[in-house]
Amino acid sequence: MTPLLSVRDLRVTFPTRQGIFEAVRGISFDLGRERLGVVGESGSGKSMTGRAILGLVRPPGRVTAEHMRLGDQSILNLPERRMRKIRGSRISMVMQDPKFSLNPVMTIGDQIIEAYRLHAGGGKTAGRQKALEMLQAVQIRDPERVLKSYPHEVSGGMGQRIMIAMMLAPDPEILIADEPTSALDVSVRTEVLNIMDRLVRDRGMGLIFISHDLNLVAQFCDRVLIMYAGRIVETLAAKDLHNARHPYTQGLLNSLPRLDAPVDRLPVLQRQESWRDAELETYFPGGL
Amino acid sequence: MLRVENLDVWFGFPPDRVDAVKSASFTVATGETFGLVGESGSGKSTILRAIAGLIPSWSGSIEVAGKAVTGSHRDRAFYKTAQMVFQDPYASLHPRHSVDAVLSETLRLQGMGDIDRRITKLLEDVGLGRGFRFRYPHQLSGGQRQRVAIARALAAEPRLLLLDEPTSALDVSVQAEILNLLSDLRQEHGLTYVMVSHDLSVVGHMCDRLAVMQHGRILEVMDVDALRRGEGQQDYTRHLIASSLGYQRA
Amino acid sequence: MSDTHISRREWLLTDAPQTRRQARLGAIYQGWLTFRANKLAMFGLIILILLIGIAILAPLISPQSPFTQNLAGRLQPPSSEHWLGTDHLGRDILSRLIHGSRITLFIVGTVALIAPVIGLFIGTVAGFAGGWVDQVLMRITDIFLAFPKLILALAFVAALGASIGNAVLALALTAWPPYARLARAETLTIRHADYIAAARLQGAGPMRLLIKHIWPLCISSLIVRVALDMAGIILSAAGLGFLGLGAQPPMPEWGAMISDGRTYILDFWWVAAMPGLAIFIVSLAFNLLGDGLRDVLDPKGGKS
Repeated sequence: MTPLLSVRDLRVTFPTRQGIFEAVRGISFDLGRERLGVVGESGSGKSMTGRAILGLVRPPGRVTAEHMRLGDQSILNLPERRMRKIRGSRISMVMQDPKFSLNPVMTIGDQIIEAYRLHAGGGKTAGRQKALEMLQAVQIRDPERVLKSYPHEVSGGMGQRIMIAMMLAPDPEILIADEPTSALDVSVRTEVLNIMDRLVRDRGMGLIFISHDLNLVAQFCDRVLIMYAGRIVETLAAKDLHNARHPYTQGLLNSLPRLDAPVDRLPVLQRQESWRDAELETYFPGGL
Repeated sequence: MLRVENLDVWFGFPPDRVDAVKSASFTVATGETFGLVGESGSGKSTILRAIAGLIPSWSGSIEVAGKAVTGSHRDRAFYKTAQMVFQDPYASLHPRHSVDAVLSETLRLQGMGDIDRRITKLLEDVGLGRGFRFRYPHQLSGGQRQRVAIARALAAEPRLLLLDEPTSALDVSVQAEILNLLSDLRQEHGLTYVMVSHDLSVVGHMCDRLAVMQHGRILEVMDVDALRRGEGQQDYTRHLIASSLGYQRA
Repeated sequence: MSDTHISRREWLLTDAPQTRRQARLGAIYQGWLTFRANKLAMFGLIILILLIGIAILAPLISPQSPFTQNLAGRLQPPSSEHWLGTDHLGRDILSRLIHGSRITLFIVGTVALIAPVIGLFIGTVAGFAGGWVDQVLMRITDIFLAFPKLILALAFVAALGASIGNAVLALALTAWPPYARLARAETLTIRHADYIAAARLQGAGPMRLLIKHIWPLCISSLIVRVALDMAGIILSAAGLGFLGLGAQPPMPEWGAMISDGRTYILDFWWVAAMPGLAIFIVSLAFNLLGDGLRDVLDPKGGKS
């Protein structure tokens, strides 16, 4: 079976005054119908990976790869016009803060309907019907009212659910979620995750879940990629995360304070230069 | 060290008046670390800002080290008693001021002499070497910036530190470093902390007692052992503890 | 030689400066590199440096006196003797342009010194103090803004008497309101920033906050704005000169020169066109420079 998404040796580089900066340094993975977590600290290249897949790396940044395929189609450095068609209809993205991804001067209904019609066509009424369905699917209680409201009139959690509704309207094959819950409170977070989880399972989508929160990813995803300095240092089944072998992953896990295991001092991650470039044991971490 | 009684804080005027904090009361003993937890909009940061004198519109009584404060005016003695560390180290350092400028201005304002030596000492205290002295904020990482912010707060040699989500903008490994630093400083200087956080595990690690807030009210004050056992008198507290333990698939 | 040069570059670009001086020079060098990357801005800068050079050396490089009349040789087209021709009194246009550059620089320089300073002061005080201070200052600003700039300047000059000094004063007095608005807007975004709150917690008074914390952040956007406005100021000054309210004859002010030439514009185009060209080039140079400065100084602008 061909994976939904196949990435080999992906690199993202930016020229700077101090020379070329590699944000992503040769990562490879396959995505099936699963929830794939991508974890790392800020600057590890995890968000840049998501952007590269969506073709959202702006010049002077450059994306290169052996290949990057969506199904059978290569999506490496496609012209913007064709990429725009793919974004939205086949791959969607949910960003960190809904405040910045919704247009503040359009009603939420208009935005969902427009997003839907752009990709699926159809009349206004059909679009509206679909929008209502989508809002119900993300468990918004009063969809008629929400359709008429503006983004500033809804809470953060609701905004994020609306974003998810919008992104799922065209039935994409892959959803890329970049820190979708880190701007949300814990109680709302669970709700949003539940909705995403159900939608992904019901529709057989592939989900790339980018996050800095190891525990969350371990509990929510099926498989986890751990990134450090632009590379994947370890790939694990999510349930095995706590038996991670790479010292970086272990270090990250240990540095979290825990309610159930109080300590006087938190162990601090000792970074090693060798993690940047050491030959990885699991060179081909992708496998389905 | 700190006594807050019947604190109300509001923003704006009727009919648009928003009550951010409603009759909050708590006391913090000297040498204690007290946590304020709650979700966004629960008013936990607002309490800190009212104590620090950054919000003029409040009523009730606030006593810091036995002295009552009023309005948004604070005298020099207050600044020598209490200082604050802000949430976002990217927003709390002036983008055009180097570390040296930040610290020397602070020391001068506090009327301290021997500035060169003190700056070196402060930077050492927060685990930054001399090499950082002349850097600008954009030449520092998030954790380093937060260390500078802590050094700035310590410059006045205060006894009470108000910590507003000091690690929520940082990576977990850096968070561990900063939390350790705060613990060390507490021990060395005998500091009292009031720490605001939405992260129960951080509060559980740092604090002795904590207040759980919702919609501007303090629901309950509990000690950290109760938190660890997951015991709260209120449903909301238990719910908060449960959801902070992580995500359970529905 | 090249070795020391590279190490100097590294010394300037280092992320860990060792002294106050190195940090400051490093910051300046970074800005210069950004500026240098903008070719058009460099072009503008070169023109302006040339202009300043010309103004300083005017008596040495101008081929003839700007005031010597030669009625026999009036309205001569450009030739090897008079590169840019002569005007209606037979004066050499090139020499007049060269001497006029001093007047232009004087006008631009003085206005650029006075107007933004007034604007910065009023705008930041209004934004920082808020309340009735803000209301009063901003309504005054609105009153100034309500009149077309040139009309207001005309009124000032008419009241004060026509002279180059009064023209400059009038221009400065009419140019500050936009700067005040800009400075106020910047101040409003800055004043609730955490670093201002932090400085306040150190016991910093309002004057210190204003001067040491808010001004440095407002000044950069003001500088950009001033550089972009320079062209307008030159044109306004030329406008006043054209209307006879600025520089008085026989001063070789560029606007007044155009005014003199307008009677002959159909038959002797160069008399008006040459000073027009000079104004155009200098205005353009200031605009390009402003664009480049925005790259360097305005962290929000363009570079994302």
